Amino acid sequence: MIKVDKVSKQFNKVKAVDAISFEVQEQENLILLGTSGCGKTTTLKMINRLIEPTSGNIFINGKNVTSQQPENLRREIGYVLQNNGLFPHYTVAENIAIVPQLLKWDKKKTEKRTAELMEKLHLGADYLNAYPNELSGGQQQRIGLARALVSDPPVLLMDEPFGALDNVTRANIHKEFKALDELTRKTIIMVTHDVQEAFELGNRICLMDKGKIVQSGTPADLLFNPANEFVESFLKDQRLHLEFKAIKITDLWDLLPDKQKQSNGNSLSADIDLWTALENFRYAKSETLTISKSENEIKTIDFEQLMSAFNRYKNKQGA
Amino acid sequence: MSEHQQTLIEFMRQQADKLAVQTLQHIGLTFISLFIAVLIGLPLGILIARKKQLSGSVLGVAGILQTIPSIALLGFMIPILGIGPKPAIVALLLYALLPIIRNTYTGITGVDASVKEAATAMGMNNWQILFKVELPLAMPVILAGIRTATVINVGVATLASYIAAGGLGEFIFGGISLNNTNMILAGAIPAALLAVIFDFLLSRVQKLNFKKIKAGTYAMPVLLVVLSSLYFIPNAYGGKLTAGFTPEFMGRQDGNLGLESKYGLKIHTIVISDAVMYKAAYEKQLDVISGYSTDGRLKAYGLVVLDDDKGIFPPYYAAPIIREDALRKFPELEKTLNLLSGKINDSVMTDLNYRTDYLHQSPERVAKDFLTQHNLWKPARGQSNAGIVRVGSKIFGEQYILANMYSMLIKGYTNYDVSTKTGLGGTKICFDALTNDQIDFYPEYTGTGLLAILQASPETINKVTQNKDSTYNYVQQEFKNRYQIKWLKPIGFNNAYALMMREQQAKSLNIKTISNLKRYLNSK
Repeated sequence: MIKVDKVSKQFNKVKAVDAISFEVQEQENLILLGTSGCGKTTTLKMINRLIEPTSGNIFINGKNVTSQQPENLRREIGYVLQNNGLFPHYTVAENIAIVPQLLKWDKKKTEKRTAELMEKLHLGADYLNAYPNELSGGQQQRIGLARALVSDPPVLLMDEPFGALDNVTRANIHKEFKALDELTRKTIIMVTHDVQEAFELGNRICLMDKGKIVQSGTPADLLFNPANEFVESFLKDQRLHLEFKAIKITDLWDLLPDKQKQSNGNSLSADIDLWTALENFRYAKSETLTISKSENEIKTIDFEQLMSAFNRYKNKQGA
Repeated sequence: MSEHQQTLIEFMRQQADKLAVQTLQHIGLTFISLFIAVLIGLPLGILIARKKQLSGSVLGVAGILQTIPSIALLGFMIPILGIGPKPAIVALLLYALLPIIRNTYTGITGVDASVKEAATAMGMNNWQILFKVELPLAMPVILAGIRTATVINVGVATLASYIAAGGLGEFIFGGISLNNTNMILAGAIPAALLAVIFDFLLSRVQKLNFKKIKAGTYAMPVLLVVLSSLYFIPNAYGGKLTAGFTPEFMGRQDGNLGLESKYGLKIHTIVISDAVMYKAAYEKQLDVISGYSTDGRLKAYGLVVLDDDKGIFPPYYAAPIIREDALRKFPELEKTLNLLSGKINDSVMTDLNYRTDYLHQSPERVAKDFLTQHNLWKPARGQSNAGIVRVGSKIFGEQYILANMYSMLIKGYTNYDVSTKTGLGGTKICFDALTNDQIDFYPEYTGTGLLAILQASPETINKVTQNKDSTYNYVQQEFKNRYQIKWLKPIGFNNAYALMMREQQAKSLNIKTISNLKRYLNSK
């Protein structure tokens, strides 16, 4: 869907982005991860031509972005910024209606679409006439998201979208983000410096440093097959947490004992990650969890069995 | 003496017509220039916000324009644009430019970068970003600049009367020259009120919320045009010949009032400062001007004095006037100042003035040359333990020359030191400085003393202006009684008011006297 081919960007004498290439599949969620100054934001902004590359090509659906009028290109690409970039002199409704206005939608259509998004993002209709400065940071960020989604663009670029939020708000918004149906059908490239966020939201991660991609792969790839010491040390601090997030029950399925007790309630899907499974032990207040991979494959496990499967899985990866 | 002192209210009521005209002109001048300044400044501000490499030079030039003294700027305009509203508007607009350009620039560059980035990223083009994002968000800052410019313009517009563009400056500067406080206040109070009112109104516009500003932005140009057009309501230009009189001359019995009452002279008149009046006459912007008979520019610009055949201009013999307590403090002073007495006649003074006004020699050099020529010059004694004499002068060349001569004489003949306070703008300022012990003496003219300071009644004026000695004796006596100020011996020349025309024009129209001029104007 998106193809970045040997793209470089030079600011004066500094090479901010150095001949990087990657591809993003349709409906994939790719994270550009790295410390500040690694070139991730520059890379993102070259895709909608906020920054023009010094060399290399970028294709969206096979069309070179430089062959299109930048304004028209951008109207097809949703964009969410860290500081939300809402127009302070526009109400919430007017902010959301900016792109529809540029696309010359009629009023009814805009209103209907706005109402739909407000509901999906859990924002009351009474906020429509409020100004951005009357909203909380989390609400502002949701409006920013609504504004990017309103014309239902196939591609969404997000530049540290949750960077300015406190931890609690960010955790809540992460949950909503994952649950939002609008987002699951989009191709998303998101920039972040937050490793946890990358692991939580990304299908694939490109870890960048000094303008180059150090490693790209799934969260588990990065954790268990780090390309070099940089990758390893980058993930070191939150390693255990990340492992819980990176490993899904399906990954452990074969390592789990093939026992099946009568379930005491609903079974969980095996698509959940280990972290979620562990949280379920805490909240379900039962000794065992029932997990189903498909209709025929159902396993009931306790905490120790899960942990031992996890350890064996890790040993296998390390070997 | 027994005359009833006119109150400010009475003055304003009596002059209500003039006051209304001047106020309208003042508002008009302020807003025409402001309107044009916005038309130029706003796009320039936007341009330099886009092309930052230009910002330094554009803001620099606008800043330099701002530092040019207003009266000098008006002076520069005359050769290019003549006199009247045109140069005044251009000068005012140049002053208004800086705050407008700078605030537009600051306002636009101050718009949150992430908001601009969001606008770009959503697919707005440059114009859409400008009109939908940058201008609305910068509007409060831009309005603050317009507000500053308005207040500056209301203030500077008072100077427009110097170059015949009208406005409340006519009263202010007329009043200062005539020692008429009511007249000063009748101009100054409305001018101050205008500044306060416009400042207040614009501050309200500035505080309107974002929504209403949209409507306000459309209303602004309309309002500006309406206010600008006020200038043209009282305008009635035309006539055979145009006279340019100083504000002082306009209000004096021995000036325009006398011309009207004694000669019945009716001429299309505009008010102008004497700093630019001669040049305007030379450049045929004006035909008749009110000058001083010893002015050096008379010679420089080829002007002739019209004979005052009905004798409305009293003698203006110059002499130093000095506070009596200063004479006691500096016992040698009177003798020293009198060294100059009888040494300078009309033609000598005209020549000295010519050298400063036209040949641009420094008053100091002219003074020294003259003293040396007459064997009066002595090197300074360089002892300064006997006190400091403070010499004042009014703000024209002749007074500078006299002040220089006096200070050289004092330094050469006494042990006193001298400090000069030259360029005091007008009779009132100079005389107030003298009575308030800010200066010790300055050269004054008998006629000015009689009319502007003593404000003698018409009967007295008739009686004492028959010859130069009776005038001198009268003012000498009255100053002594009223102010304890002594008139020393006259210097010798008579710098009277006079009507002047270009020599060529006067010849071709066969005008030699003021009566001739009246006859010419009355003939159809």
